[in-house]
Amino acid sequence: MANLAAVVGIGQTKYMTKRTDVSIAGLLREAAFKALQDAELTWDDIDAVIIGKAPDMFEGVIMPEVYLTDALGCNGKPMLRVHTAGSVGGSTALVAASHVQSGTFKRVLTVAFEKQSESNAMWALSNAQPFSTHLNAGAGGYFAPIIREYMRRSKAPYDVGIKVAVKDRLHGARNPLAHLQKPDITMKEVEESFMLWDPIRFLESCPSSDGACAMVIANEELADKASKPPAWIRGVAMRSEPTMYAGREQVNPQAGRDCAADVYKQAGITDPRKDLDCAEVYVPFSWYEPMWLENLGFAPEGEGWKLTMEGATSLDEGGDIPWNCSGGVLSSNPIGASGMIRFAEAARQVRGDAGAHQVEGAKLALGHAYGGGAQFFAMWVVGAEKS
Amino acid sequence: MKDIAIVAYQQSDSVSDAGAVNEVELIMPVLARTFEQAGLNSAQDVDFVCSGSCDYLQGAAFAFVSGVDALGAVPPIKESHVEMDAAWALYESILKIRMGHADSALIYGFGKSSPGELPVVLSQQLDPYYLAPLWVDSISLAALQARMMLDKGLITERDMAEVVSRSRRNAMNNPHAQLSGDISVDDVLAEETYLSPLRKADCSPISDGASAIIIATVEQARAWGLPYAVISGIDHCIETHNLGMRDLTDSVSTRMAANRAGMNTGKVDVAELYAPFSHQEIILARALGLDDSTQVNPSGGVLAGNLMMASGLSRVGEVFNRIVKGEAQRGIAHATSGPCLQHNLVTVLEKGENA
Amino acid sequence: MSDEQDVITGINAPVYLKYNFTAGAAPSRFLTQLKKGVLMGQRCPKCSAVYVPARGSCALCGVATEEDVQLSDKATVESFTIVSIPIPGNPIEPPFVVANLVLDGSNISLIHLLSECENSEVRIGQRVQGVWKPESEWDYSMNNIRYFKPIDEPDVPAEKIGKLPVTGWEG
Repeated sequence: MANLAAVVGIGQTKYMTKRTDVSIAGLLREAAFKALQDAELTWDDIDAVIIGKAPDMFEGVIMPEVYLTDALGCNGKPMLRVHTAGSVGGSTALVAASHVQSGTFKRVLTVAFEKQSESNAMWALSNAQPFSTHLNAGAGGYFAPIIREYMRRSKAPYDVGIKVAVKDRLHGARNPLAHLQKPDITMKEVEESFMLWDPIRFLESCPSSDGACAMVIANEELADKASKPPAWIRGVAMRSEPTMYAGREQVNPQAGRDCAADVYKQAGITDPRKDLDCAEVYVPFSWYEPMWLENLGFAPEGEGWKLTMEGATSLDEGGDIPWNCSGGVLSSNPIGASGMIRFAEAARQVRGDAGAHQVEGAKLALGHAYGGGAQFFAMWVVGAEKS
Repeated sequence: MKDIAIVAYQQSDSVSDAGAVNEVELIMPVLARTFEQAGLNSAQDVDFVCSGSCDYLQGAAFAFVSGVDALGAVPPIKESHVEMDAAWALYESILKIRMGHADSALIYGFGKSSPGELPVVLSQQLDPYYLAPLWVDSISLAALQARMMLDKGLITERDMAEVVSRSRRNAMNNPHAQLSGDISVDDVLAEETYLSPLRKADCSPISDGASAIIIATVEQARAWGLPYAVISGIDHCIETHNLGMRDLTDSVSTRMAANRAGMNTGKVDVAELYAPFSHQEIILARALGLDDSTQVNPSGGVLAGNLMMASGLSRVGEVFNRIVKGEAQRGIAHATSGPCLQHNLVTVLEKGENA
Repeated sequence: MSDEQDVITGINAPVYLKYNFTAGAAPSRFLTQLKKGVLMGQRCPKCSAVYVPARGSCALCGVATEEDVQLSDKATVESFTIVSIPIPGNPIEPPFVVANLVLDGSNISLIHLLSECENSEVRIGQRVQGVWKPESEWDYSMNNIRYFKPIDEPDVPAEKIGKLPVTGWEG
């Protein structure tokens, strides 16, 4: 049985297109320092550092932990770098948690980041390989056909994605750290925005952001003494499956369903919509909200879009299960950090520390991340109580 | 805490150019042999999988994603990846077992360094603002370190050549070695200087290949009826990236990791040290306080073949082999990362009680 | 010395790395056949699924694929997107249709262009066929097929996509 562990400090940078005022190290240090401040700790209180980010080609720095150790006060300590594609921010939080849950360390720092402005992420993702057809139009080009297949199967109205795009930006307007600040966004504005990868419009896509997110994770003894309420880690799960195999279910991937079942079981959740107070779910393209509502068991297959359209996932409409109150990936997307932001925002909710996007009385929240061809999944459930 | 054991280890041949094989084709034969050794069928038969690789070796983003195609990961598996040597994937897997979320794990590392110019590629691992734009390659930095050793009178070129000679001779017993042979110290010294003071023989070769390990709780290892070696300790430690702030003639972080892993609580029969350059083996052996009672790099070490992202894991596997063959009771395996031994991991392995 | 300092907010440090890229053994077999105008897939010895282009393993079973299977250049649209932005390093003018196509006889989709069609009429289940370059221009490249174009065959029901024999769709 895993040892109890909890998030006792959270720090995030402001998310924006270009952070030219800081170096890569400065970006991480800003988030890490805020997390330490939040936990009322210093660098000396940290036993190990676990960092995560998406491919090294995004910044052009190979195995960046080698260079980042100085900025993160890690000299003389263990340092680990996780990379599991887009799910990496979530996976990194899970690996960090395992340092404490295994009883090996008392208190660790974890940081995930991306400084996309220092290179060209679309180039790195679409990097031409000789011999193969060079038609990779970035992540949107990859996911658009899968979204189209969801629309066909579910017979969802065409504007579900538009509604999600508006809802998450309105949530983001409550979050001063969110990259996109669009308090006046309308359905019409989203609908009329440029169709990038049909059926994905510009405003139905995530932005490209610089940013970092950090957390301090402590064992039960130290978390009990923490000055601010801890977010107790109630369940952790990862699943992977291959990108392509004959008969693979791409719209509703089994790895996501299995991962959710695993994490719910650990947290004693039988009905996620009822048992959870809110969720931070990796939705980089708007249609992934209804798709993940089904994949994660919040709605029966083919009916996820109904929750979205009813306003069930909207804070502004008083929904019963608000999704992405922070504005989600649609409002801020420093790729390598995006998963950790989901995990950290879930923790903020149950700590009662989410500011203007707080779900009142939130006690149990889900953090979710996915990556690759929707094949790598990482999830955790955090709670205000230990059990 | 549950005792954790190694039950299987396989490595591919270390070759200078694996030719037209992709990641999957590089990994799959090694995994097949590893499963066979453990009497398992696929990754479905272990509780966790973790790998180590580096995109920049072959110059394509997400190299590790195709690794999943070699696993039989349907239904989906619990799987993770570090962009580091797979010795750190072993570390992550051990935490997973310690926390009770797995009783067994497959760990693999792979690297195809031949497509690029590895020493130049590794220059992009340095501080991106101050050092990387200077394109200081990994061999030049090691040469700088060796020069400090020589000029301070801590080693002689003959000492370095002795390391090479012993590596080549030991590698004659390693069927997967890339470089082996009965080469004398004088033969090495007769070679011309490559990047002063290093000779080519002082540098590990560029290699392609993969290795894999299966670990399990001792209870699981016994249930499988497999010979095993117990991992009694594992720890790692990183130092400053600023070379000017480190004593390059010592490896403080290796010593710290070894102490925390409990190396000094018993005799060390065998040590497999990840020393990509001959003088670094001397630095490491001294940092660890090893004497003649410890056999160093009986496999030939990485001077006989250096599988980037797998060599650290292979060091663990080589010590496992000595222990299960009864040639050693206890040993340590070392892995390194970063320029001039910046980041070091030490694993302590022991013969199991009833093994 | 002046008290004023320029604030440096960025430096240019271009990275040039040269790689000798190899396709892999299984992709090499595919490309060798493709140069001859043949689309060759590989069958999994365990589950019989046919992969194209094969990458050396059946990702489902985790075993090496060995048996070659010659496929048709007719295919079914599994899904698609209409791309309205240029692809870095690719001269195609937007908007263009990128489709996931399942070749007859295979069980997995590959990505290619769809052309000679009304973009608004492209649909899941649509039947298409490869339009090849002249034989003299064939190389070790999927670009030997310029694009796929719709053909006059009845649509394949969604649940049958990826399950057709090499002989194609009988309607």
